[in-house]
Parts: sequence; C-alpha cells; structure tokens
Amino acid sequence: MKDDTIIKDRNTRSEAIQRLMAFGALIIIFIGFSFASPYFCTFRNIIGILIAVNGLLAIGVTFIIISGGIDLSVGTVMTLSAVMSGVFITYWDLPVPLGVIAGILTGCVAGSTNGILVSKFNIPPFVATLGMLNMARGFSLVISKLSPIYFALEKSVSSIAMGSILGTVIPGFDVPNAVLILFGSAIVASLILSKTILGRYCYAIGSNEKAVRLSGVNVIFWKTIIYTTAGLFIGIAGVVIASRLNSAQPSLGLGYELDAIAAAVIGGTSLRGGEGTIMGTIIGAFIISILTNGLRIMSVPQEWQIVVTGFIVIFAVYLDILRRGTQL
Amino acid sequence: MGELLLLMEEIDKSFPGVNALKKCRFELKAGEVHALVGENGAGKSTLVKVLAGVYTKDAGRIVYKGKEVDIPNPKAAQLLGISMVHQELDLMPHLTAAQNIFIGREPVRRWKIILDENSLNEQTERIFDMMHLKLEPRLKVANMSVANQQMVEIAKALSFNSEVLILDEPTATLAQVEIIELFRIIRQLRDRGVGVIYISHRLEELQELTDRITVMRDGLYVDTVQTKDTNIDQIIKLMVGRVIYESSPELPKVPSKETVLEVKNLSRNDVIKNVSFSLKQGEILGFAGLVGAGRTEVARAIFGADPFDTGEILVKGKKVNIKSPSDAVKNDIGYLSEDRKQFGLCLGLDVETNIAMVIIDKLTSFLGWIKNIELRSIVKRIVDKLSIKTPSLNQKVQNLSGGNQQKLVVGKWLAKDTNILIFDEPTRGIDVGAKSEIYKLLNELAQQGKSIIMISSELPEILRMSHRVVVMCEGRITGELNYEEATQENIMKLATLRNSEKVILNN
Repeated sequence: MKDDTIIKDRNTRSEAIQRLMAFGALIIIFIGFSFASPYFCTFRNIIGILIAVNGLLAIGVTFIIISGGIDLSVGTVMTLSAVMSGVFITYWDLPVPLGVIAGILTGCVAGSTNGILVSKFNIPPFVATLGMLNMARGFSLVISKLSPIYFALEKSVSSIAMGSILGTVIPGFDVPNAVLILFGSAIVASLILSKTILGRYCYAIGSNEKAVRLSGVNVIFWKTIIYTTAGLFIGIAGVVIASRLNSAQPSLGLGYELDAIAAAVIGGTSLRGGEGTIMGTIIGAFIISILTNGLRIMSVPQEWQIVVTGFIVIFAVYLDILRRGTQL
Repeated sequence: MGELLLLMEEIDKSFPGVNALKKCRFELKAGEVHALVGENGAGKSTLVKVLAGVYTKDAGRIVYKGKEVDIPNPKAAQLLGISMVHQELDLMPHLTAAQNIFIGREPVRRWKIILDENSLNEQTERIFDMMHLKLEPRLKVANMSVANQQMVEIAKALSFNSEVLILDEPTATLAQVEIIELFRIIRQLRDRGVGVIYISHRLEELQELTDRITVMRDGLYVDTVQTKDTNIDQIIKLMVGRVIYESSPELPKVPSKETVLEVKNLSRNDVIKNVSFSLKQGEILGFAGLVGAGRTEVARAIFGADPFDTGEILVKGKKVNIKSPSDAVKNDIGYLSEDRKQFGLCLGLDVETNIAMVIIDKLTSFLGWIKNIELRSIVKRIVDKLSIKTPSLNQKVQNLSGGNQQKLVVGKWLAKDTNILIFDEPTRGIDVGAKSEIYKLLNELAQQGKSIIMISSELPEILRMSHRVVVMCEGRITGELNYEEATQENIMKLATLRNSEKVILNN
C-alpha cells in the first residue's frame, strides 16, 4: 500500500515532466525566434500561427491514438469536407450554414466509416485509414473536377474563420474566429476526454481492449463513436481551411496527417494507446506551427523546414522513451 | 452448503480442429467452493468461459436457479450474477482501480454522459471495505502489485452482486502471504452464500479451500468428489488416468565444489540492494521469495537485460562485463523468462526456426546461406533428447502444449550449449504431468554439470528441487539455506523479513 503510493507519486511526476518539457520547449522556441527575427513576435504573425488547422486535426487524431488506433486520413478528409462545403455553397447555391453543416458532416461520415472498418470488420487502423486517405483524396478531385472551388465574395464564407467576433466586442482586439474555434474545440475535446463516458472508453480501449470487451462494453459501437468524434473535429478543420482560403483546394491535405500525429506524440500521447491529453496535443501542435512559421520568417528554405519537423518528431519520441525507461 | 444454484449438462463446444468440450457436466451449490481441475487442455477454462458468456456453447443446457438460461455474451452473464476473474488479468493499466471496477457501468450525472467520479470512488471504497481491503480507489492499476491487481479483479466481480464467482487460476501469480489473504476473502464470500468455482493447478490448495472437486480430462467430465473424502494422489489419478506425481522430494546429488558464477554486491536503486551469492557447478540454486521481492530483477540484471548501478559478476572466477543479453550469452549465461510466450518463443514460427535462432550464426556458409541439413539434424537431436512432443519440426509453436513450449525454450539454450541457466518460474501455467517432466529435465541438466538458478514462487517446488535456497525480500537477500535447513517455515520467515532484523531458524 505504502509502496503503491510512492510509485504513484513517481508516475504522475513523470507524466507532468513530459508536459512541462513540451511546454518549456514551446517557450524556448518562442523566445528564440523572437530574438532571431523582429517580424516573429508581432500580433499579425502570432495570429497567423494560431489559425493553422494543424491544431484541430491533432485534436481529432488524439482521440484515436489514445484509443490505441491511428488515423492517416485526417488531411485528405479535411480537404473532402472543404470540397463538400464548396459543392453546397457554390455549385448548388445553398445558404452558407448548410454548407458548413455539410462540411462537418462529411468529416463525421468519413470518421464513422473508418470506425466501422476498424471495429466491425477488424481492418487494422493503419490500413483502413490509409485506404480512406486515398479515397477521400480521390473523391475530392472527382467532385471538384481537379480545380479549386471558389466562394463568391458576397457569400462571405471567409468571415466564418477570418471574421472577428471578438473584435466587435472588444474594439481593436481583432482575433479571428478561427482562433476561437480552435480553443473552443480544445476545451470541448478536453471535457469529453476527462468527464464523459466516451472519454473513459477511449482510454480504456487504448489501455486493454480485450478487457473492456469482456466487461460487457460494446466496443464496436464505442470505437465507431470515437472515430466519428475525431471526424467531427476534422470536418470543422475542413470548414476553417475553406474559409481561410475562401476556396476549397482539392489537391491540398496530403502530409497534414503526419503533422497532426506528430503534434499528439510531442504532447505526450502514447502511440501504444491509453494515455494522452488535449492540452499536450495543443502544445505539440503549437511547437510544430511555430517551428514552421519561425523558420519561414528566417528565410530557411521550405525543404529544410520539413527536415527539421521530421527531426523534432523523432527527438520527441526518443525523449518519451527515455522518460518511460527502456524495456526488453 | 445450500441448494443447487447452477447445473450445466451435456455441454458441447468445439473450435476449428478441436472438440474442446464433449457432453460436459458441472454443478454448483450456493455457499460452496467447488474446484475444477484437470491437465492443461482438459477444457476447464473453456467450460467456465461458456458459463461466463465469453464462448457460446454448441449444445447442452445451463440451468441457473431452477430456470434454463441462455448466456450469449459476458454482459448477459453479469446480469444473471455470474462473474469471472480471468486467468490473465484483464485490467486496464492506465485506469484507476475504481474506473476498472465500474467499466461499462459508470455512474453518470447529467444527460447520461457526464461521469460521476465521486460516486464511482465511493462505491469502490465500499466494496474494498466489505473485503477488508486497504486499497485506494484512485490509484492507477499499473502502479499496483500483481496481488492488488488480482484483488481489484475480484472486487470487480463482486460489484455485480454475483452469486456465482469464477476464479481461473487466481493464485498462479501470487505469493504465499497473498494467497492466504485471497483464501480469507473466498471463504468470506462462501459464508455469505456465493457459489465459487475455483480452477487451480496447485492441488495442495484444494484441500485447504474447497468443498467439492470436479475433475475433467480431454474435454470430458470425469468425476465429482467430496474434498474431505479424497487426497491429492487420487485426484491426480483421476486427472491423468495414471499415477505420476511423487510428492516426496528427490535427494539431490551433491554438486562439485567449483564455483561457476559469483555475484558481488549487485545493486540498482531501490530494486536490488547489495545482492551477493555464488553458484557451483552442477548445482540447482533455488531463489525463493514473494512476488516482487526482486528475484526476476536480479536475474535480468545478471543477464544484461536491465542495467545495474554497482556490483560485480564473476564467471569461473573471472570478472565479466555484461551490458546486454548478448554479452551474457557470450559468457555462457542463459535466461529463461517467466513469460515464455512473450520473451522466450516466436509463437507463430515453427519448432525448427525457434531452435535455429540461437545457433544459426554458426551454421551459415557464403553470404549467409544456411546449412539446412546440419541444422535439421541438430534440431532433431534436441527435440528427441528433450522428448518434445510435436507432430513435426515444422509445427507452429503456438500449437504445442505449455509443457512442450517450455521444453523448447530449454532446447534453445541446450543447442547453444550454455552452462549457466537461469530459470524464472519454469513451471508457471504448466500442468502436473508436464511439471514432473520439467523437474526431471532440470535434475538431468544439473547432473550433466550445468549450473542452474531456479526462481520459483511455489515453495514445494523450491524444496523439492534445490540444493541450496536463497531467499529474497524487498530487493535484499535475507537468507541462504542449505538443503537441511530449507523448510516451508524457514523460507517464509525470511521471505517476509521486511527489516534487517535477524530471525532464529527452526531446524
């Protein structure tokens, strides 16, 4: 009993250390770039960092990784969501809210499809979502006939993410809605994970799926719900990126999935399932966004930015392994 | 003992290629502890899994409280009041005790989705109190001892207000003190009228705990006997259909004087504390202690699987530097893990490949081409020597019985001709018949001059096999007993010696 308590302290401490380390890294990178370039720590630039969709995708993928799965399709599903919004709003000339709902629903449908493939048909998540990656990408190109779908200016799709509700309440504080959407989503996702049954099953299934099934829980149903929830946030990301670009770009999206997974992992989500937090994921997403942004401001060629991101992911995972201690 | 609670009749269950149960029967009364015994593969686990809704029966009927019932899934069993504690602990290590116990039945507050964590922990506390268990509901299961994890499983089973509690090999991973605690709780449940189905390989336990014993063999029901009217030998006879077990220990041959392995002042933070001992040629050195005493940790440190902070290891008088398992192997040390399925074998590969793995580097020609004929003859020789029962060398290892798998692991090290062998729980999960074969094998190896460290949590096994016994507690060696001094009582005293006081041994 006494031993257990000691171990408990040690364990929670090491979890806290990971989060602190990630947060510390974020601060250090931030300060570093601030000194390196006068253009970095400006209101405009920081807003630019905060409106990246990477955070939303990472939130979605965190649910799935905690439950012991993986989702490679987040980037192209996001694009498909954007394209569906475009179809509703521009092709069919329907009201903007309908287009928004269509985009988000597209994410949910793709997510639940992934979920059913994984849970009901026992297809390994890697394979199922790799297939979904290609299907979503293909559908986007087919539906859009290979060219971007632009939104008419009077439809004001761009004000969904780029308008500023905060700016109208507090004059001069023009934080775009995209930032609100990101933080709002993070809070909701965090509450789902910590306070609801869905969150509990997410951790439980990731920790020991067989045990959960033997406890009489309908694992097929809950896994589908988990993937669908992830799809919800990915759909939101699709609407945000459509709004930001004021168009749906069907060729976009490839490679986003890796940044999202990297964000979750840097934030302490275990690829083996069972642990992770939205807070960590958001920190991880900011680390990646700031790195890309900072390197760009310092005129580092884009090719090298990609190399750096790759290195950071490996380094973060290595730190995580050191923290856990090696096991034969 | 009360009225008839449960009756299973004419139960059939087959899996692809195997008839696991053939017209099986089993009955359980309220307020009895009813043991279910049989060799591995006799169908005990399959039978109780049918009852717990893990498997569905092909034929037969289950009558529960006078009514015929259908149990299609685990949930249905739980709703009827039938719960099972599985052999492999089925817990979620990342969740707390309370979260584990109420998985699938979480108390909710608003809109039926918001969890009520307080009520969860309070209910769990109540169950723990009822079991007289001092355990914190908010503690993560990953941070508990195996024994406490077992208790969480039992608490979970009880939380359904179960009237039938199935325990599948609950003591396999527990040490003596913890077993006593478990038995106390089982008796308490029995006195409250719960019917307990108890599966165990440790036949010595049955006399102490159970009221009746049902024996199964090859998927068939053999007999049900009153525990007080029977003895171990009779049970074994029913189990195997022949007498094999000699319960008296064989007097081991005295080993030679030459020391082959010496460990001096081995330490690693809190886990291993200043451990020193020596091993002679041809000796079987028993390592006794409670689960978590640090025996496996010492073994893994010697084998290079875990690092150590300070200390020396000497092989045949020469100091060696062991940083990894491959260093250990070069120095003639082999380690046979307690978890052979995870660390000892590639279950999906065949017998030949598993043995070949350790010697293949010596049997290759130009560009790594494998000399197949030579390899095959070596493998064949080992399989024959250990009398591993396999239809062919190309049989997948997962299809072999536990005893034969264990022999195969031994075979790997024999192929390599390793002289110092560390056996970690060599008979865990192995049935009685295979157990005595493993014992025989260990004795033969020792007689051939191999030196053996045998870690075991089963005292009878330690007493029967060891020339000398080293006892550990909380990472320290608390005593060393020679063959004459080694008694259950003395070992238990040393194994529970939690501070540095000396004990007086009874001879």
